[in-house]
Amino acid sequence: MPIALYRIDDRLIHGQVVVGWGQPLDLGFILLVDDAVAESDWEQELYRLGVPPSMDVYFASTSEAAREIAKYASDRRTGMVLTGTVEAMLQLARTAVLPIKAVNVGGIHHREDRTQKMRYVFLTKGEEQDLRSMAELGVVVTAQDVPSAPSHSLEELLRGCMT
Amino acid sequence: MDPDVAPRAIVAGHGALPDGLVSAVEQITGRGNALIPFSNVGLGRAEIESGLRDLLALHGVNVVFTDLPGGSATFAARRVQHDTPGLIVVTGVSLAALMDFVFCDAEMPAGESTARAVEKGRAAIASVAI
Repeated sequence: MPIALYRIDDRLIHGQVVVGWGQPLDLGFILLVDDAVAESDWEQELYRLGVPPSMDVYFASTSEAAREIAKYASDRRTGMVLTGTVEAMLQLARTAVLPIKAVNVGGIHHREDRTQKMRYVFLTKGEEQDLRSMAELGVVVTAQDVPSAPSHSLEELLRGCMT
Repeated sequence: MDPDVAPRAIVAGHGALPDGLVSAVEQITGRGNALIPFSNVGLGRAEIESGLRDLLALHGVNVVFTDLPGGSATFAARRVQHDTPGLIVVTGVSLAALMDFVFCDAEMPAGESTARAVEKGRAAIASVAI
């Protein structure tokens, strides 16, 4: 089954991911793509404890995920690919052996060098450019924190949209 | 607010829930200042963790109550716990659990008072049908 959602969320696994998207999508697994977490057994154990028993969590570095994405996409269960940064998702979009058709910007929170674009999205200039680069690769980039919320196009996101 | 009640725990979670829980504890017991609310609204992973660290240091407490076991506040609290010996993280917090906690003797070891609170929280969940 194709991956149901490619999501950028700097909180990684949390309530919106596990419950907000996990339940309506009937997620069977999450592929958490993060170089630091992929190196830390302790962090992996922490995230495994945070999901229901019916859901698996797999961990991969960005390069591992790019190489092995077809294996996850052929899983009969519904899956989500989750990165904590725009940069990691762009790298995945550029190098994955399967094309990524759409990316959901789910949560990038306040930081000193970021500008607020939406209630749940703050971006640096570099992250804005990375999202544009993703779109130039043919990826449909939208912002949406939870399934019941409206989905906003990349243009709306970059312009700023406080809904 | 009872001025003799010192902070004993952080209540961390989603949206207005931490404030709401502490407000309810205050309304029922007058001991709301035993609990410090901390919401994750608008905060990224690193900020939730640093916010918790700051509050724990500021108030000198060693207990964090969180709402969802798989929520960002719980993950942040567990990360803090990883390098903070003695810190206790209680997930699935409820009003019943907090009320028991604030009435426990402040001298009681935190492990004991949180274990009692967990039991009270569990016992308060019921499905009633007529």
